[in-house]
Order: sequence, then structure tokens, then C-alpha cells
Amino acid sequence: MAKQHKWGMVVDIDRCIGCQACVIACQSENNVPINEEVDFLSRRAKQWIRIDRFWEGEYPNVKARFIPVFCQHCDNAPCEPVCPTYATYHNDQGLNVQVYNRCVGTRYCANNCPYQVRFFNFFNPSWPESLWNQLNPDVTVRSRGIMEKCTFCVQRIRRAERLIEGQKGEELTDQKIKDGNFMPACVNACPTDTLVFGDLNDETSEVVRKSKSDRSYRLFAELGTEPSVFYLKKVDPAAKSH
Amino acid sequence: MYEGKTYSNKQINDDLLSSLTKSSLVYWAIVGTLGLIVLVATVAVAFMINKGLGVTGLNRPVMWGFFITNFVFWIGISHAGVMLSAILRLSKAEWRRPATRAAEVLTIFSLMTAVLMPLIHSGRPWRLVYWVMFPYDFQRGIWMDIRSPLVWDPAAVNTYLTSSILFVFVALIPDIAIIRDRSSGIKKIVYSVLSLGWRGTTRQWKFQAIAGILLSALILPVFVSVHSIVSWDFGMAIAVKSWHSTIFAPYFVIGAVHSGVSGVVSVMILMRWLFGWQNYVRHEHIDALGRLLLVIAIAWFYFLLMEFMFGIYGQEGDELATRHMQLLEPPWMWFFIVFIITAFLFPVPMWLFRRVRRNLWLMLITTISVNIGMWLERLLIIVPGLARKQVFTGTWYTYAPSIIEITIIGGTFAMVLMLFLLFAKIFPLIPLFDIKEGQVLQDKIKVGKAEIPAVIREE
Repeated sequence: MAKQHKWGMVVDIDRCIGCQACVIACQSENNVPINEEVDFLSRRAKQWIRIDRFWEGEYPNVKARFIPVFCQHCDNAPCEPVCPTYATYHNDQGLNVQVYNRCVGTRYCANNCPYQVRFFNFFNPSWPESLWNQLNPDVTVRSRGIMEKCTFCVQRIRRAERLIEGQKGEELTDQKIKDGNFMPACVNACPTDTLVFGDLNDETSEVVRKSKSDRSYRLFAELGTEPSVFYLKKVDPAAKSH
Repeated sequence: MYEGKTYSNKQINDDLLSSLTKSSLVYWAIVGTLGLIVLVATVAVAFMINKGLGVTGLNRPVMWGFFITNFVFWIGISHAGVMLSAILRLSKAEWRRPATRAAEVLTIFSLMTAVLMPLIHSGRPWRLVYWVMFPYDFQRGIWMDIRSPLVWDPAAVNTYLTSSILFVFVALIPDIAIIRDRSSGIKKIVYSVLSLGWRGTTRQWKFQAIAGILLSALILPVFVSVHSIVSWDFGMAIAVKSWHSTIFAPYFVIGAVHSGVSGVVSVMILMRWLFGWQNYVRHEHIDALGRLLLVIAIAWFYFLLMEFMFGIYGQEGDELATRHMQLLEPPWMWFFIVFIITAFLFPVPMWLFRRVRRNLWLMLITTISVNIGMWLERLLIIVPGLARKQVFTGTWYTYAPSIIEITIIGGTFAMVLMLFLLFAKIFPLIPLFDIKEGQVLQDKIKVGKAEIPAVIREE
């Protein structure tokens, strides 16, 4: 029997430069429709991963701080128990899964998500004809009236399982995920290695090592959501050591 | 106090069944106008389902808006039926008699309207309708998730709707029998079936009375639970801090009674005017309801203050931002000012005066004012809570309804009134047997040398 995985991510805020490469990579991998100005103005833009920018300090010493926010795949996810139709549930690999064909669009999950990472399809999505062949055949195009969100590129995880665990019969280790290019699109695209993806059950993996860093924290941990995503706080050379 | 004249049974029948037999031009003009508004709203719903929910003003932080506000509002109005009928029936308050039927009917129609709101507000109503009707999805092999408040909610509302319909029907049987005896042809057949073979024997009266009392007692827990469960739709949301409050259940229930009883008073006054029932809906009834309202309104106000106190006492960023938006940011602050004046500061001091409680015009204005305020109250709970959700300030936003939403909301008001008026065409809105019973049973109390009719009957 294959080893039980628990997928997780580490985000090193110290490395993030706010380049938005992950946002674009996610958009093209996951068939997220193109956001136009009107979508942003009406606050209906879909970005499964978004870079929140905060200003820190007083003029002239102002610094921009970036934090990539995406579905935290909480172990104790607030979005899950409120769904009347099990459209969002927790699978045995620690993923918070969205089943599109079960969703009826109550939007309760979006209300109950403290991270604001759930997106509703207010209209049917559309792409210009030139981009039709760009759509990823492994990912469902979501119709109107349902919720969607980051899946940790579950289609790539499944491909890894099929190729490595299924065909070769080998164990799916962290190194094999990296070598085989099975990481989520955002992790692949990140130029500064801000995002690290891996198996939290694998003690040797980089995510486990990094998540145990003393800079590590989880977003809104006080809500008790138990996210699978760890953030590493900014290294501030000017700060006094405690 | 029994201030009306005593009539013969025939006179009561003739008067109260007049809404079935005679219909004025005003009546049909009103029904026609309301029907037109409902038609326009139906077209708006069809357009929305055809295009997608993008035609509303909803956005990413504010996923619930006018429709859910309206849902909570109509559920609130529906609380009047049981509040008046069941509680007052059990406590044997004499002045309830002309109010009960109207209150129960208002309950049923406002509940039906309320149920429509979450249905059309979902992304894929055609799939939600299936789930509402059946709890198991054969194609996907899943049950519904009973952990979700959105499963408790329809369960509670449907129980309430079913029991209120039974409640109204049991009280209607003797009246239907009277209509049956007075009608002919196809009408007679329909009313015969509906009257369930009522002949007015002692045994039948006994069963009818027992059923009424039993239903009153059984419906009371449902009455408390329905709005509690509706409030848990909000209370269970841990991410929205101003919703995640333990006070919500009693606060919503008492708020519902506040708006519901006000709604009944408005409807009774309108009904008295439209059907000419001056001898049945009398000043003493409105006066008694006004006193009841006074108590309810003050209790509700206490909960409102507590809700704000708990919110601000925590001193948490997003909760404070929500309160800031409610109280200090236009346009929400204007809504808040209008809300607090119309729901409490204007009507409640007015009701303190007997003269106001006995002035139908003033009672109509104050009770309608309460419902304007209570609608805004729900809006002020739902939208600012979502718009200032958590401390990701970049996602904070506001909400403005689209013309489609406003049309549909207007349609719901027209629909409840229209159904209410159409009901009056088929069944009497004031229970005939109850009025007659009241005349027979009226008690007199001796105060010194004078004899005064009793408000409460003692046995």
C-alpha cells in the first residue's frame, strides 16, 4: 500500500518579491478566466493565489511587504462543515477538495473562509478564441454558479501518483516530485523559491524542515483552522533580538 | 375590554364573509397592481437565472446581500402568527380573536416568500431545488451534510410552514362549513371536501378545540427554534466575527416578534379599512397589540445594545471595523440612523400613550416604520459583517444592490400582500366561530358598583 501523503506548503515571506509570476502560472494551469479591469473594480476577479501588498513604515522609509495568499487547505476547515452538499470536503491526503458537480452555489463556504480565497463564478467564464487551445485539458472549466479555489494543482499530484506509484510502483518521495516536475504551477513559476511544496508526512522533506523553523507561523492560527500552509516571517536585520 | 356591540350569528356571518361575496373596484385595482409587480419581479428572477448571479451587486467579500436580508426579514414577519395565535390562545387573551387568522395567514405567505429567497439566490437553483425536495443524490451517491446550518435551516422552516398550515386549517374548518352551506355548484363541492364533513356536532367541536390547543402547544418550540436556526446561519460562521456571536439566537427571535407583530397590526388596520370591518377590528384590539409591542420592542432593544456592547468590548480589529462601517461610514451610517429611529426611537415612545394606541392612523404609521427599520437592521448585520471580514484589509469592500435585486425585493412585498388579499377572497380573514365564541363567553368583572368586561377569561 502506498504511503499516506499529507500535502502542504511553506511560504517564505522573506523571499517574496511580489512579481506575480505564481498568479499567472496558476491562471494558465487551472483554466482561471482572464481578469479584466471591470472584474477587479467589481471585486469579482478570480485569483486562486493572490499577492496581498501591505505598506510598512512612515514616509520616507516606506517598505512594501508582500504576502501570497491561497487556499490554506485547513485540517479543520471552516468552509467544509457549512456546505450542505459535501461539495467541499477533506480528502485523505490533507487536501481541501472542491467537487464542482456537487456545488449548488450557496456561497456559504466563501463567507466562512477567513482567508478570502474562495471564488464564485458569477457568469460563465469566457476566453478569446485565440486562447481556446491554451486551456488545460486536465482541469475542469467551471460553469457559472459554483465555487472554485486553489487545489494545490491536484491534477499534477494525481499524475505523479499515476506515473510513479502506479506505473513504476515506487514510493512517491519529495525528491521525485521535484525531479518529475509534479509541483503546483505556482511553485514551479516562483523565481525566488518563496513557495515550497511537499509531503508533510515525509520527515525528510523540505517543507517539514522549513515548517519547523523558528520563523514559522500559520495565518489566523487563533481561529483554530489548522492550515497546511506555513509562512516564514520576514527576516528584519534592524530588529533587536529577543 | 369588550367594547363592541353584540350581534346575531347571521349578522356576523354576513359581515365577515362579505370579503368573499362582494368585491369592490378598489380591491381588484390593488390586487391587479400587486400582480403586475409580481410579474415584473418574476421576469427579473428569470433573467437572473438565465444570465447568472453576476447581474446582482454581490462581490467577493459580500457574497450574501439583499436576498438573504429579505429572507431573514420575511422569516421574522412569519413569527407573528404563532406569537399571536398560539401564545394568546393558550393564555386565553380575549382580544386575540379578530387577529389570529390574519396573523396565521401572514405567517404562511411570508414563510413561502422567505423560502423562495435562498432558492433563487443560489448559484444553481435547479440543483438546490432537488436537494430541498429529497435528501439523497442518487447520481453522486451522497447524502446532504447535516453539519451544515443550511440543512438545519430548511428543515426548521419547512416544519414551521407545515405546522402553520395545519394550524390555520384546523381553525378554518368550522368557517369553511359555513361557506359550504351558503354556496352552490362547484364551489359547494370544493368547500364540502375542505370542511371534512363538519356538521357542528359536540364531538367535532371537542376535537377541533383539542386540536387547536395541541397544535398551539406543539408549535411553540418550532416558533422559537426557527429563527434561532436562521440566526445560526450567521452565528456558525467563524470567519465573520460580527456574526459569530452567541447572542444571535434570542436576539433574532425577539427581533422577529417585534417586526412580525407590527406587521400584523398594519395588516389588520388595512383589512379593517378595505373590508369595512369596523365592528370587529376595534380600537381595543389595536390598543392591546400596542401594549404587547411596547414590551417586545423594549426587550429587543436590550438585545441590540448587548450585541453592540459585546462587539465593541472585544476590541478586535475586524469587529471594530465592522462597527465603524455600521455607525460611521456613509451610506451605512445613514441606514443605521434611519434604522434606529424607525425601529425604536420613533414608534416606541409613541406607543406609551393610550391616545396613540387608539389612533389607527398613527398605529399604521408606527408599525410600518418598525418594519422599515427591521429590514435595515438585517441589512446592517449582514453586509458590513461580510464587507469587513477578517483583517485582510485589501479584500474589504462594500455592496450596492443592482436594479434586478431591488425589483425582486419589491416583488416579494407585492407577493405577500397579493396572496393575503386573494386568501380573503376564498376564506374569511377573521374567524367567525371565534368571534361568536367571544360574544358568548364574555366575562364581566365587578369593580365597585360598575361591571366591566374582562380581558382575560378565568375558568
